[in-house]
Amino acid sequence: MTEEILKLEHVSKKFHDLTVLEDLNLSVKRGEVIVVVGTSGCGKSTLLRCINGLEKLQAGRIIFEGENIDYDKNLSRLRQKIGMVFQSYELFPHKTVLENITLAPLVVQKRDKKEVVREAKELLKKMGLEQKADSYPRELSGGQKQRAAIARALCMHPDVLLFDEVTAALDPEMVHEVLEVILNLANQGRTMLIVTHEMQFARAVADRILFLEDGRILEEGSPEEFFEHPKTERAKQFLQKFQYEKRKSLVTT
Amino acid sequence: MDLGLEVLFKGRNLIRLLGGLGMALKISLIAVLISIPLGILMGSFMTVKNRVVTLILRFYLEFIRIMPQLVLLFLVFFGTTRAFGLNVSGEAASIFVFALWGTAEMGDLVRGALQGIAAHQYESAYALGMTKAQTYFYIVFPQTVRRLIPLSINLITRMIKTTSLIVMIGVVEVLKVAQQIIEANRTASPNAAFGVYLFVLLMYFAACFPISRLAGYLEKKWR
Repeated sequence: MTEEILKLEHVSKKFHDLTVLEDLNLSVKRGEVIVVVGTSGCGKSTLLRCINGLEKLQAGRIIFEGENIDYDKNLSRLRQKIGMVFQSYELFPHKTVLENITLAPLVVQKRDKKEVVREAKELLKKMGLEQKADSYPRELSGGQKQRAAIARALCMHPDVLLFDEVTAALDPEMVHEVLEVILNLANQGRTMLIVTHEMQFARAVADRILFLEDGRILEEGSPEEFFEHPKTERAKQFLQKFQYEKRKSLVTT
Repeated sequence: MDLGLEVLFKGRNLIRLLGGLGMALKISLIAVLISIPLGILMGSFMTVKNRVVTLILRFYLEFIRIMPQLVLLFLVFFGTTRAFGLNVSGEAASIFVFALWGTAEMGDLVRGALQGIAAHQYESAYALGMTKAQTYFYIVFPQTVRRLIPLSINLITRMIKTTSLIVMIGVVEVLKVAQQIIEANRTASPNAAFGVYLFVLLMYFAACFPISRLAGYLEKKWR
C-alpha cells in the first residue's frame, strides 16, 4: 500500500470569479480509500470532476500513474483507468442494462464481445442484478440503477474509482444496498475517492478522511481522528450540524 | 332518408376522390422529405451559442407559426406571380409553403430533442473514455432520433390535414374533387354533399389514424 497512484499538485479551479479549489495538494496510494466530506459548495464534487478531466484546471497538475493528465492529449486513455459514478446514475436510457455495461469496453477498449458480455453478466450477478440484464434503466429502482452504474464503471477495469454522492438521490432504504456494494469494493483493495454525506458509512469505509472547506483541505486524518477529535473549529461545527440534523429527523419521523 | 351516398359509386368518382387524396399525400410527403434535413440543420444551428444566429432562426420560427398557412399560400401563389412575374404552379407553391412551415416546426423539434439530453449524459460517456465522436454516435444521436421520430410523424399528420387548404389556390386535391362531384350531380342527387364529404372525412381519417398510432406506439416503446 505504498505505491502512489494519483497525485494532485497545487490544483486550482475557478468558475469565473468564484474559486472552487485553491492550491490543493493530495497524494493517493494504491488501495487507499479516501472519503471527502464538507458542506455543500466546498468543492468536493469539483475535486472528483477535475481528476476525471470533466473540469479544466486553472493551475496545478494531476498526475495519474506517473502520467500528467492532459486535457487534449491523453484524457480518453486515462479516463478508461478512472471509473466514475454519478449522483444521478446517468445510465444510457436507450440501452439495456447489459448494453450500458458493455458499450464502452466494446467501442472504447475494442475488447472481445464474448469476453465482455461474460464479464458484464458476472458483474451483474455480483450486484444482484442478473435478472435485469435485458431491462431498460427506466424499469429499475434507484438503487438498482446505481448498482448497474457501478458495474458499468467496473467493467472498464479502472485503477481508481470516483464516487460522487452516489446515494444522495436515493430513497433511504436503497442507500444501504449501494453502500454495501462500495464497502465490498473497499474490502477487495480497490483505490477509491468517495464524496458522501453518509457519515457512518464514511467512518466505516475510509482509510483517510479529507475535510474540505472553501476549496482547501482543512483537515486530513484517519476516521477515528476526524470524527472523535476534530482539530479545527470548522470541522467541529460541521460534525455538530450533522448531529443536529440527525436529531431533528428523529423528531419529525 | 337519402344520404347521397350513391354518388360515390357513380362512374369513376371513387377513383377520382382517392386520386385527390393521393395528391394531398404527395404534397405532404415531398414537403416532409424537404423539411427533415433542413429542420435538422436548423435545429442544430438553434443550439449554437451565437446570439445572432439563434435570434434570426427564432424569428423565422415564430413568424411561420403565427402566420396562417392560408395567407402564406396566397402570398406565395398569387403574390409572387404579380410581384416577381413568376408563374408558380399551385402544386409547387403548396410544396414550398409546407416545406417552409415544416422546416420551422421540425427545427424546433430537433432543438428541443438536442437540448433535452442532459449534460450528464455526455459526461458519463466521457468518463468511460469515449471520444466526442463516439459520444455523439452512440449516445446523443440515437437518443435524439428516438425522441424525434414520434414527434415528426405527428407533424406529418398535421401536414396532411392542412393540405385541405390548398384547394384555395386551385390544386386539385380531395376537397376540389369532392366539390366537382357534388356540382356535377346537383340535380340528380341533391344530397350528395353529405355523402361525399363524409367519405372525404373517412379518407382523411384512414390516412392519418395509422400514422398517428405509429407515432404513439414508437413514443411508448422509446420512452
